[in-house]
Amino acid sequence: MEPVAIVGVGMTEMRRERKADGYADLVYEATRKALDDAGMEIAEVDNVITVSNDFFDGRTISSMAVQDACGSFDKNVSTVEGDGTFGAAYGLMRILSGSFGTTLVCVHHKGSESQMPLITNAMFDPLYERFLGIEAVSSSALQARAYMEKYGITEEQCALVSVKNHRNAFANPVAQLPLELTVEQVLASPYIADPIKLLDCCPVSDGASAVILASEERAKKLAAKPVWVKGVAYCSDAYHLGDRDLSDVRALEEAARKAYAMAGIGDPAREVDLVELYDAFTYMELMWLEGLGFCARGEGGKLTASGDTAPGGRLPVNVSGGCLSGNPVLVAGLNRVIECVLQVRGDAGERQVDGVRTAVAHGINGPCGQSHCVWVLGGEK
Amino acid sequence: MGDWREDQELVVMEGRIKVPYRWFAGEVGTRYFESLRDERKFLGTKCGACGKVYHIPRRNCPDCFAECSEWVELGSAGTLETYTVVRRQHPQLAPLPLPYGYGVIRLDGADTGFLHLLYEFEEGGLATGMRVEAVFADEREGRILDVRYFRPTKGVS
Repeated sequence: MEPVAIVGVGMTEMRRERKADGYADLVYEATRKALDDAGMEIAEVDNVITVSNDFFDGRTISSMAVQDACGSFDKNVSTVEGDGTFGAAYGLMRILSGSFGTTLVCVHHKGSESQMPLITNAMFDPLYERFLGIEAVSSSALQARAYMEKYGITEEQCALVSVKNHRNAFANPVAQLPLELTVEQVLASPYIADPIKLLDCCPVSDGASAVILASEERAKKLAAKPVWVKGVAYCSDAYHLGDRDLSDVRALEEAARKAYAMAGIGDPAREVDLVELYDAFTYMELMWLEGLGFCARGEGGKLTASGDTAPGGRLPVNVSGGCLSGNPVLVAGLNRVIECVLQVRGDAGERQVDGVRTAVAHGINGPCGQSHCVWVLGGEK
Repeated sequence: MGDWREDQELVVMEGRIKVPYRWFAGEVGTRYFESLRDERKFLGTKCGACGKVYHIPRRNCPDCFAECSEWVELGSAGTLETYTVVRRQHPQLAPLPLPYGYGVIRLDGADTGFLHLLYEFEEGGLATGMRVEAVFADEREGRILDVRYFRPTKGVS
């Protein structure tokens, strides 16, 4: 792959209800921050990808409603409905096409404006599934049980993820939900859909973020410190939950295998310094760690209990606080990429992990992680 | 943008989108729902190439991408592959009084699971691998809720 860099990143604060900002205001804030970070002006952006979801926004073609806020007048604009990691992958491809030197990718979400269960219910098939009332939490609970029973994963091991990631959020100024918790408090929180409890769940959030990608030639001309895209891949599993082995992570394994092959990574557990993954629910962090190849299947709980995934550990995971500490849907995946960029650059402030040369970011799309997108980012071309 | 907004209530416009839809079940779905409605029977479709029986039914096999050329009658009982008991739910969504369950159920004769409701179970009375059976609605309209829910099979654990 031709070298492509991420040269600018911007995130708004994630908050439960940002009433003073409409979603275009959030997009403007994130875009402005990304431009400032890159040392660019909007005229230097060759093309734009906007990422959104119509049901969440309560309007159709929602991705075309933020064009003034991301400065895309007179530019080639394309749109993605899905997680921000997928939008950024499309942005990368537009540079690789040779048609564009720079791509701005911006993502927005206001969970406060609608009612999350009603929206996530609508991702299910209207003939066979939707009118059963299933939504994101209860469908994920089916997956959590399938996974936990197959491998003997305990609710305590899942609770450790909640304790770790909410604590990590104290060092991240954009995080929504820094909490000092004990395992006992997580275990004592009420069941929503067992085995998932309240403190196993990500919050509802408002936020936006943006990244600017650049070809090698354009990146060289910028003052910003480039972070290079070493590998990107994505893969999807079946749509209907009953068609899948919900304890299985084959789509993630395939996406990770391809991304690592592009990046020349043979042993991710040794060669990756930091991971940001999509922990919408605590069990997901354990499952995705396995699917990303950082431990054997069923070992995610032990890996977490060992302390290796804590900020001072061998493989820090979600030092940003993860989705558990702020989950503007769609934005959340791009925020995983942005945290990796900041860590590779050494710009992560109070939460900076020493010596991050290679970082892995991960996003999901569809019910129970139907589709996975894996990014490998590094400081060297 | 200035200090005017101190002591101001920010404007929030309440709204609701009401858009009618007609989701077509197609020939495959129509036959399936007719069978539920008229005969209280679940039907699956069988791949002409690999022989896998799909429930819910579909026209083509996603694995070998061949046509599912044959209808197969399935049992109205099956095995629970995974489940959850829902304790909190948005009032517009819950089709049964809380707590109720969701399960992925593999009906007898099918090679895939399908999602449905679980009810009529004791607290702590569900387990992966247990046998469950369909409870049909008396009034059936040709839709998935013609099956009210599944419950643990009487006398069998």
